Amino acid sequence: MIQLLRIELYKIFKRPRTYISFGIMTAITFVIQLAMLTDGKTFIGFAMQGINEQFDIQGNILNGYLVTYIILQSLLVQIPLLVALVAGDSLTGEANLGTLRLLLTKPITRPKLVLIKFFSSFIYTVLLIIWLAIVALFFSLLLFGKGDMINLKSETFIMIMQNDVMWRYAAAFGYAVLAMTTIASLALLLSAFADNSIGPIISTMGIVVVLTILSNLQIPLFNHIKPYLFTTHTIGWKGFFDEPVPYAAIARSAMVLILYTLGFLVTTIFYFNRKDIKS
Amino acid sequence: METIIETRNLSKSFKGIKAVDGISFAIGHGDVCGFLGQNGAGKSTIMRMLLGLIYPDSGSIFINGTEFGNHRRYLLKNVGAIIERPDMYGYLSGWDNLKIFAALSDMKIPAARLHEVLEIVGLKGREKDKVKGYSQGMKQRLGIAIAMVHKPDLLILDEPTNGLDPQGIAEMRALLISLSKDHGKTILISSHLLVEIEQIATSMLIIHKGRKVVEGPVNKLLHPDDSLVEVIIRADSSAVGRLSLSQWQKYLHSTEDTVLTFKMNPGNAPALNKWLVGENIDVLEIRSKHSLEEYFLSLTNDTIIKDRAI
Repeated sequence: MIQLLRIELYKIFKRPRTYISFGIMTAITFVIQLAMLTDGKTFIGFAMQGINEQFDIQGNILNGYLVTYIILQSLLVQIPLLVALVAGDSLTGEANLGTLRLLLTKPITRPKLVLIKFFSSFIYTVLLIIWLAIVALFFSLLLFGKGDMINLKSETFIMIMQNDVMWRYAAAFGYAVLAMTTIASLALLLSAFADNSIGPIISTMGIVVVLTILSNLQIPLFNHIKPYLFTTHTIGWKGFFDEPVPYAAIARSAMVLILYTLGFLVTTIFYFNRKDIKS
Repeated sequence: METIIETRNLSKSFKGIKAVDGISFAIGHGDVCGFLGQNGAGKSTIMRMLLGLIYPDSGSIFINGTEFGNHRRYLLKNVGAIIERPDMYGYLSGWDNLKIFAALSDMKIPAARLHEVLEIVGLKGREKDKVKGYSQGMKQRLGIAIAMVHKPDLLILDEPTNGLDPQGIAEMRALLISLSKDHGKTILISSHLLVEIEQIATSMLIIHKGRKVVEGPVNKLLHPDDSLVEVIIRADSSAVGRLSLSQWQKYLHSTEDTVLTFKMNPGNAPALNKWLVGENIDVLEIRSKHSLEEYFLSLTNDTIIKDRAI
């Protein structure tokens, strides 16, 4: 299994298109950092208008921690897309290349192949999030310096001491890995059903966008189904920036994501194991 | 002879259309079996079923006497295959592709073996080039290298000469003959090039519209005495009359203008030529028509669909 996984990762990281995701993420992050460098003070002044009337806040408010938080908020849609680009292509990509039939004429079971594709997508997701942590957090701290972090909410704000921030980011990035793994397993499932790569990638994004809208709609009709939508829980990482941290809610959300991931994975194995390979 | 592949009543439908209809056949160890059929006859479907890519609706497959269904992984260790095109990872080198698929063979294959198969298929020196830069012939040869790198006893090759130029076809033919004779491989090969099959196959399996038409050893199916020999002569109104009075009359199959067709062993052609010249009949050309082609066309004619086995 380890050797097969190594082969899969070798294939992924030998392919130039893999690095496009890293490039896109770096570009978006740098654009936001640049915007914050030039117009950040105006933006923060506008966002804190109400707060400044009641509180006198001193110090480096526009610091690396806050900018990283803004970047993470901005990448809510982009990261799932970048994950889907690889996971959605994992089985259909082989089918399109014609290598799927060659792979399956080798003594390797189909469930094992699906598991290898899943774990390689997981590792890719981990690396993508680590890269995001480096370019967003490291460079933001380099450009904007440290300071206490202000988490602006609609009606309140939370002040987090700077020596209390780093572990929250570590936990948030860890949670993001889990959330993105759920997206990757959905893309993998759709990849098993489809015969071309574009379909699963677009379908994954379509599902994520529609369910995210449903998760955020303040309409009573949808309130009953919201707790069951995985998109309601993919933003659970924000909980680590609340005070006190809602550990129970975060654990519940993490459990929902794990169940979805396992459900998608088991369905993929079951379906792919019975599929006729005609490509 | 011990069989390496055996199928019993194999059937498969796609969307209600029968692609394979109750096919049973057996291939012996060491055979080079030519697998023939028109486009859509069901050849690729059968080959894919033999490799576990497509699941049969009913029937069974046995490889080396073991039922395939529950022992797929174990049995595939001893099988190498090319199905349709040998598609590979174009962004990787030939060496990387070979190494990857060798590693998937579930056995430790030393680098020396990779060099050896590259040598056999004539790709030595080009293995570091990216596959996307390979010609079709090079890809086919790399496909063969991948199929045989783990030293399987059985090779299943679906149209391995597809897209090859005449030089490539001749090289592939020589390679397959060598794999059979020098390395003792059993080969199931499908191809549209009947001339090629005729030159390398020791047995044949012909299917039509998902059903088996005939199977058996080539020397029994294509009896040399049933070959067609075509003689083109200069126009001679008395030639046919004189032939009908000679010992060659019993071989005369048909006549059309200046083309006389004989059904006989091609070995008799020199004697026939000698007789014609002796009769002052000018012979412009003598050629042996490809017997397999004739045979195949006669069997896959829609009016003749019945199981025949030798």
